[in-house]
Amino acid sequence: MFDALSDRLEGILGRLRSRGRLSDADVDEALREIRTALLEADVDVGVARALVQGIRARVVGEELSKSLSPGQQVVKAVHDQLVEALGGETLRLAYASTPPTVVLLAGLQGSGKTTASAKLARWFRQQGRNPLLVGADLQRPAAVEQLRILGEQAGVPVFSEPTDPVAVAAAGLREAQRLGRDVLIVDTAGRLAIDEALMDEVRRVSGAVSPHYTFLVIDAMTGQDAVATARAFHDSLALDGVILTKLDGDARGGAALSVKDVVGRPIAFASTGERLADFDLFHPDRMASRILGMGDVLTLIEQAEREFDHDVATEGATRMLEGRFTLEDFLSQLQQVKKLGSLGGLLALMPGVPKEVKQNANIDDGQVAQVEAIIRSMTRRERGEPGVIDGSRRSRIARGSGTTTQDVNQLLRQFKEAQQLMRSPGMLGGMLGGGAKGKLAQALADRMGDAGDAGDPGLDSLSARSLGAGRPGAGFGPPGGGAKGRPGTKKKKGGRVTPKGGGGR
Amino acid sequence: MLALWVVLAVVVVTLVVGLVVVVPRRRRGSGGSGSAGAATATIAKPPPAPPASKAPPTPAAAPPGPSDTASLEAEAEAEVEVEVAVAPELRERMGKTRGLFSGYVRALRSRSSVDDEAWDDLEEALLRADVGVVTTTALLEDLRARVHAGELRGADAVVAALREDLRRSLDTADGNGLSFDTDGTCVWLFVGVNGVGKTTTIGKVARREKAAGRSVLLAAGDTFRAAAAEQLEQWAQRAGVEIVRGAEGGDPSAVVFDAVQRAQARGNDLVLADTAGRLHTKVNLVEELKKIRRVADRPPGHVTEVLLVLDATTGQNGLTQARQFLEAVGVTGVVLTKLDGSAKGGIVIAIQRELGLPVKLVGLGEGPDDLVPFDADEFVAALFD
Repeated sequence: MFDALSDRLEGILGRLRSRGRLSDADVDEALREIRTALLEADVDVGVARALVQGIRARVVGEELSKSLSPGQQVVKAVHDQLVEALGGETLRLAYASTPPTVVLLAGLQGSGKTTASAKLARWFRQQGRNPLLVGADLQRPAAVEQLRILGEQAGVPVFSEPTDPVAVAAAGLREAQRLGRDVLIVDTAGRLAIDEALMDEVRRVSGAVSPHYTFLVIDAMTGQDAVATARAFHDSLALDGVILTKLDGDARGGAALSVKDVVGRPIAFASTGERLADFDLFHPDRMASRILGMGDVLTLIEQAEREFDHDVATEGATRMLEGRFTLEDFLSQLQQVKKLGSLGGLLALMPGVPKEVKQNANIDDGQVAQVEAIIRSMTRRERGEPGVIDGSRRSRIARGSGTTTQDVNQLLRQFKEAQQLMRSPGMLGGMLGGGAKGKLAQALADRMGDAGDAGDPGLDSLSARSLGAGRPGAGFGPPGGGAKGRPGTKKKKGGRVTPKGGGGR
Repeated sequence: MLALWVVLAVVVVTLVVGLVVVVPRRRRGSGGSGSAGAATATIAKPPPAPPASKAPPTPAAAPPGPSDTASLEAEAEAEVEVEVAVAPELRERMGKTRGLFSGYVRALRSRSSVDDEAWDDLEEALLRADVGVVTTTALLEDLRARVHAGELRGADAVVAALREDLRRSLDTADGNGLSFDTDGTCVWLFVGVNGVGKTTTIGKVARREKAAGRSVLLAAGDTFRAAAAEQLEQWAQRAGVEIVRGAEGGDPSAVVFDAVQRAQARGNDLVLADTAGRLHTKVNLVEELKKIRRVADRPPGHVTEVLLVLDATTGQNGLTQARQFLEAVGVTGVVLTKLDGSAKGGIVIAIQRELGLPVKLVGLGEGPDDLVPFDADEFVAALFD
């Protein structure tokens, strides 16, 4: 596991190889690093302290592993500790004997409740239920309108009336009963945990519908305030679970730990994007990796699945494996990969990339743009057959992309080397083989098992079975994919930002 | 060019991943309708708005939905009377919790010497305010050095020095006023991630600028989120200003362009442009934002402020956001929202120190007047209160 924390710990604990066990003193400095890493990840100060104590207890006196370096061993202990802290009891959704099962969503302003409500509604629909959405946020301008539009996209009816939140909720419940809907999802207005009047209001809303499940919706980028917020909402509403949103960003998400610690209830769902389909059960192990700033291959895979133009990706991969990968292919695949986020960030997610590369690579988008510009300044033929690029062509390309002929030469040279590497039989094996890179293989294997199986023992019984059936693409989700020109669809139109070089300036 | 190798590695691995996983599943690409056609800008004239109320909106008063606009127009005949309520004092409204911070400080002051425990307490106080590890360490190391050198004696001196350091960190040579000129149509662009309060902030700014005698036009540049334009339209009504909208799903740049054109034609002083919330990690969305800025800056448009709206509850990711948006579209200042909650917003200190980005405005609630100019003294004092 190569990553920043691991490297730092490696530096501290590297000299321990010769000794047999990890002592208190050995571990002290390492624990300081761990604490720093947790704080940088927005874990609550007190929670971090407790976690570090727990890790100390786990690690001190432990025999040095034969297969892992001391640094890796400690990281593993940390990771395990976090998984335990984040996981534990999974939420088992049990439906009420007398429908509807009522679900209430509460949280701060802007946490993503309205979107989460619609996503949850869609999720329930996938479980074969008939939910009704209630728009009880009468505070924010056009909040109900937003919910109506999302409800339409999710194929779920929305109820609201311009009275007051408590009345709307109660009326919504009656409406659900009248219509025979078996799940009721109540979206409420965002409110400050310290606003007594509004906290009282949400208590009354809760009282009016007696929810079976109350979820706190919290933004993954929340800092130290997460604890205060969670505590206040939990005291007022007796939460049953948490929904963590905006996990598609790069916030480390330490708030998850803090909230879980305070509320003592499972983080039930993870919202990972703006589309209704970007909603899934929460995975403690992935979150633990993320908090530690470690690569999260599974998320990468999922993102790739979501964002990639399937045909373009397959074509590129096939050609690569057949040794026919050209600059043209590289250019189009680069566009795909860019959809996943900044390349530097992607690099961080990759397991098996040597740490020297990660540290020194420092991919800045300007360099990437330069590479793109050079390729774009080439003609189709030149991209396919770089062999024809002579001196005058080289100059032209350099001029067109605002670079020098040396730059062009270098790119051509390196690409040629890369091509040869790609053709070599061992490459793919190395990628998917054992050792550190084996993690990728393992992740992929798990993934494919996931797709085929009816259940995954780690997941909650309710969702496991339906996971296989209820995947996106099953017809739910808005006609336009809900994307409305966002990631993926826009690409297809072919028009995009012209990089600095532009084709043939 | 090591970059090429690395980029290739990333591309290759991702491709392998894509091929191995995507193909077996026969997953359809995220197809779907692309963006709608060119945005046809429409101006929505605000119907005569009811007189502004001073109190924050009560839950019972439901804002009219779009379908009610017609009836609203019919009902309200009174002239628009935009009352300028007394802007809340930053200190008053900022997190009514007597925070842990103040608790630590009080405890500290009661000590005569600054021992290890005292430093720990100070550190914890700063960390809990989201000041961040790096900045906290830097601040405390400096203080420790000064104590060691005999420059600071006793807890009181240390606390005072810390306060001063923090205040100075937030000071800005250029001041934190909002830049406005009459060189073409002035545009203020509002950017940020999802849910931070961009639209609400624009509503407040519109009101404020109008009260200051400027002619304001809103541009509903969020063409993505469901009912985003409706939301901004309601703010336009509250503020008594006009708004330019486009088709939902349309090109946001086109809306901003149209707004600038209209402003030019009608002699508006200032265009406030809303944009869709977007995570800085989404490359194509950031590209879209760059384009919006470029378009807004085309004569007669003149972008004089790019305001990053930041939620005070945001942790360390706030610095990343600031960095990325700064690099992408040249942010000129920060609007720190939701400071009336329990979060302290300490991340702005790092943002100023590392990026030189000043906080210009502070949002203190959901009401139209809940906006004040940033004041470093007040902010720091509120931390220590």
